[in-house]
Parts: sequence; C-alpha cells; structure tokens
Amino acid sequence: MGKQYKSDGVLVYIEIDHDEVAEVSLELICKARELADQLGVDVQAVIVGKSNLSQFAEQIFSYGCDVLHVIEDERLKFYETLPYTFIVSEVIKQTAPQIVLFGATPVGRDLAPRIASKLKTGLTADCTDLKIGDHENKKLKKTYKNILYQIRPAFGGNIIATIITPEHRPQMATVREGVIKLTPPQKNRAGVILPFNISLDGVDFVNTYLERTVSEKKINLKAADIIVSGGGGVGSKENFQLIHDLAETLGGLVGASRAAVDSGYIGREHQVGQTGTTVRPKLYIACGISGAIQHRAGMDQSGKIIAINTDPNAPIFQIAHYGIVGDLREIIPMMIKAYKTKV
Amino acid sequence: MSLNLIVLAKQVPDTHNVTAEAMKADGTVNRGALPAIFNPEDLNALEMALTIKEQYGGSVTVMTMGPPRASDILREALYRGADHCVLITDRAFAGADTLATSYVLSLAIRKIGDYDLVLCGRQAIDGDTAQIGPQVAEKIGVNQITYVEKVEDLENGEITLSRVLGRVTEKIRTKLPLLVTVTSSANRPRCFGAKRLMKYKKARTSFEIKQEIESSSPTGRYGIEILEEEIAKKHAELKNKGLLIETWTANDLNADPECIGLTGSPTKVKKVKSIVFAATETKKIEPTKEGINSLIHELIEERTFG
Repeated sequence: MGKQYKSDGVLVYIEIDHDEVAEVSLELICKARELADQLGVDVQAVIVGKSNLSQFAEQIFSYGCDVLHVIEDERLKFYETLPYTFIVSEVIKQTAPQIVLFGATPVGRDLAPRIASKLKTGLTADCTDLKIGDHENKKLKKTYKNILYQIRPAFGGNIIATIITPEHRPQMATVREGVIKLTPPQKNRAGVILPFNISLDGVDFVNTYLERTVSEKKINLKAADIIVSGGGGVGSKENFQLIHDLAETLGGLVGASRAAVDSGYIGREHQVGQTGTTVRPKLYIACGISGAIQHRAGMDQSGKIIAINTDPNAPIFQIAHYGIVGDLREIIPMMIKAYKTKV
Repeated sequence: MSLNLIVLAKQVPDTHNVTAEAMKADGTVNRGALPAIFNPEDLNALEMALTIKEQYGGSVTVMTMGPPRASDILREALYRGADHCVLITDRAFAGADTLATSYVLSLAIRKIGDYDLVLCGRQAIDGDTAQIGPQVAEKIGVNQITYVEKVEDLENGEITLSRVLGRVTEKIRTKLPLLVTVTSSANRPRCFGAKRLMKYKKARTSFEIKQEIESSSPTGRYGIEILEEEIAKKHAELKNKGLLIETWTANDLNADPECIGLTGSPTKVKKVKSIVFAATETKKIEPTKEGINSLIHELIEERTFG
C-alpha cells in the first residue's frame, strides 16, 4: 500500500487552545496552502492531544489542509515538552516535510526550538511573513530554488530581517499570531485523517500538574497590531464608547492614557505608557491624548500613529504620522464609516 | 542541600532604550552606539538562582558566550552575588545562530558536568527569539520549563514551579536536573553589593590580564619570556583571590568546527532592512469626510490594517 501523503510537503503544528483550534494554527494552514501551491506540494498538519481530535479535522481541512496526522493518548492531556517533542519530531522524520510551521505562542516557542535542536536544523522565531523565493550564494556559485524566506523584525523591532535556511531540512519557523489573514474556509473541502502510530512507552512524562488555571482572555496590548487609545480629551465615560467602537471596527484593542484611567473612563490594564504598557502596534490611534512624555515613550515606536486632538499644538502631533485637528466625536464616526465602506 | 546552579547570560545592545545619540540622520539605529548591557531577563534568571541559593544552599555559576568585552556582564554578575563566572569566547564562534550557540553553551554546561538547574532569561532583547533555552535543554538532554515565574519548592531532587503560558497558569512538579527560562515579571533583580563591587571590580579574564600587562610594558623593553612570566604571575594571583574569570575557547570545549560559528548555523541572514525609528513629518489630514476617507484608503492600501 502506498503512502497516503507525499513527502516534501508543508507541515503545520496544530495547537489546541482550550478545546478549540488556536486561531494562529488556522492562519498557518492558510499560509501553508499558499506556499504549498507555489511549491506544488501537500499541506499536512499534526495534532496532538488526549482524545476526540478528529472533531477538528473538518475545520482544519476547510482552510486548505490535505492530510491531518492525529496522535491521541490520555497522557497527552496537557502540553508537556518532552512527549510533544518526541511525537512531533517523529512525525517530521516520517513525513519528511520541507517546511514546518508553528504559531509563535508560548507553546510554539517552547516546542519548536526543542525540535529544531533535536533535528539539527534552522528555526526562525516570530516571523511576520513567509514567502517562497530563490537564493544565490555567489561565493559557492550555488542557487537555491524555491526556499522559504522567513521574514521577521529584529533588534528590538528596529530592523526587518529576511532569514533563510538554505542547506538544512526542514525549514522551520514560528509565526506571530494575527499577521496572516484567514482566507475564507471552503466547507466540505476533502482531507485525509491519518492516525499516526507511535509508541509512547519509552517517553518520559516527568511533569506533575499540581494546579492549572485558565484565565479569561486577558487584554494583551503588547500583542495588538492595532490600538485605539483615548485620553483625558475624550471628556466622559460615555464618549469613551467611541474609542471602543473604533477599536472593534478595526479589530484592535483599546488603550488609554493615564489621564483617562485616572478619570475613571477605563481600567488601568488598558494604560499605555512608561507606567502602563509599552506598546508598538502597527497602528496606534491617539484620540484626545495630548501626549505627555511618559505616554509617548510607551507608544512612539508604533508603526503608524494617527493623532486626533482639538489642540493643534498638542505634543502628540510631534510624533504622529497623521495629524487630525478636530473633535473626536465627529471624526471617529467618520473613520468607522469610511473603514466599513472601503473594506 | 548543595545545589549547583548555572545561569546563561548574554550581553546585548540596549535596544529598548534607543537614545537620540544612537539615531542616524536617516532615522535608522546606529547599533554600535547603543550601550551593551546584561540582557534584562537574564538578570531575572540570575536573581532566581541567587534566591534559590540563599534558600536551599549551593553555588551559582554564570556563563556567557560572546566577545571578550562580554566579561563586563560577568563582573556585574559577581557584584550581584554569583560565585563563579565563565566567559566562552572564540573568533570561531562569530556569526552563530541560535542552534550553533546552543551547541557551544551545551558543551560548556557539560564541561561543568555536575549541575542541578540551568536558568536563563526567556529571551534576549536583541533577537527576541526565546530559542536558546529549549535548544540547550535538548542538547544537554534535560527537561525544560519555560516562562517560569516562581520556584515554589525544592526538595529530594524535585522542584515545584509556577509558570504562565499565555492564559494558562500552571504549578508543575518535576525532576532535577532541569532547565528553566525566566520571565521579567518573576522578580526584581537585586542591586550590586557594595563590598562585592569593591572586591570583584578587580576580577579579570585571561584575555584582560594579557592585554593589561602588554599595554603596560613598552614594546621591545620586555622580552616575550618576561611578559609571559608576568602574565602567569598575575593569573596565579587573581586565581588565588578568586578574581580570575575562567575563559573557555572552542579548543577548551573540544567543539566540532562544523557545528560552531557561521558554518554551524543553518539559518543565514539574506537581507536586512532598517525601520525608520521616529516620525519625521506629520501629514495633516483635514477633519472632513474627504480627508478621513483618503486616510483610511491609504492605510488599507499600505496594509496597515493587517
């Protein structure tokens, strides 16, 4: 009997986040599909856990996966480095993919380097984009065709580097959550579920989980690509709803200046600045924020800064890429409307 | 209990505090102008090691791989309470990616041989990869617990730790030896001890001893034998006082030349693009429907919305 999958594919590690497939894993499937189509290969995925994992297959296939390798065992209930490393390494050895992708989540960042070290191959952390391209090594007069460009910020976000793994296989990368857009799922897209036969007899389960608590999704401003922040100039808790509305429209999180927090418009966990959270989203929209130094120091490295303020001399405009002098109560609804009609 | 604790540390450019002097005219960062500091989360790892030592007994060895000037952070580790330090340095290590680096660090840990716990920061602020910890753990063949916040208990070769993996907080009991990576929220690193500072500011690596003696003797006046004798004397003197910082090269570690430096690094940097650091010019957007529409359009075109 021939194998039901081809080697040389693109393999994605599927992470389960509290009985759901982690969003980043689906994003990776979409990206893997795009890469695999360029390379003319399969998208495969590996899912590890306690039981009942086939329930996720349909969803995983719908984003472009062809083959799902399933490993289930009572002892695999929680993520644990040693057994998971063993299993995923074995899947890689047997399926021989050319590319392996993980989400740059805490689990992905625990597992992927361990596997790369075991397999003695390259790994690029926290990629923000992946592409297929060629590379010419002029010294060796050698051209590498169709290899993976692993694109990531480095040096505290001050540079963007393109990393390649020319000689080693698989080429491995972890990819940040939310940087890849989900393509629309295709319902009833066909895929093959393959139980992966592996004996866990020799595997060390050395961790005892004494306590385990799952918190509500915390607001994680650091990880946000888009932050809409309100300051003292918002004027009231009622007006602050506009900040929430704009953030929701753009798929961003809500931030605030100290003045807004001190005025009780919003909780302290939303505070941006030296005394709050230092952020560097792709887009930061400062609404009614004058721009005290401590606030600017916590957001001045944002990719794009839009400032909305009635005072044309507000210091926030010094570091803003786009400045809008006006009343946020009029401007924010215009922005929401403009965004909704364009996208 | 006498625990052998190893802390892995890195000297990094201070990418989190890019000063005006470090900015080039084109808005990019002049990396050479950034101060070299002890990687912040490695300080949290050191603090955790020192706390364990105080509570359970043992010794703390701090190791770093880097250029000779990385000895600065080792002296800093001594000021804070480390017992021993090792500088791992060799031109042959240059250009190492995380795999090649973890290979060298694992050799150094194996050379020490007897250890209970290896601690390092979750990640370094120049690369932010968080890969070294897990890669080293694999190479020395021990279990790893990443993102550790607290050591709850330690007895009979078992350790209980708390860690936070995103939304999940876990309290885990596991066996030693173990490698842990420590986050910035785990603790507040202690300051230098005044007495320790007075004592250990004289600590030197063999590189530094050689350099200092050579530069203090006018060329040609001392013969090579005298120089070597002076160096050996200083070496012995510092060692006696516990002020010699061990220096290990590729040779000392019997490192496989194929596995170190640029040669031993599977990943290569193909291209690097600078990001302009600060906004230089503000584009004025009219607070009108047309103004807002064109702004949103521009941001969509540039894929700012993802």
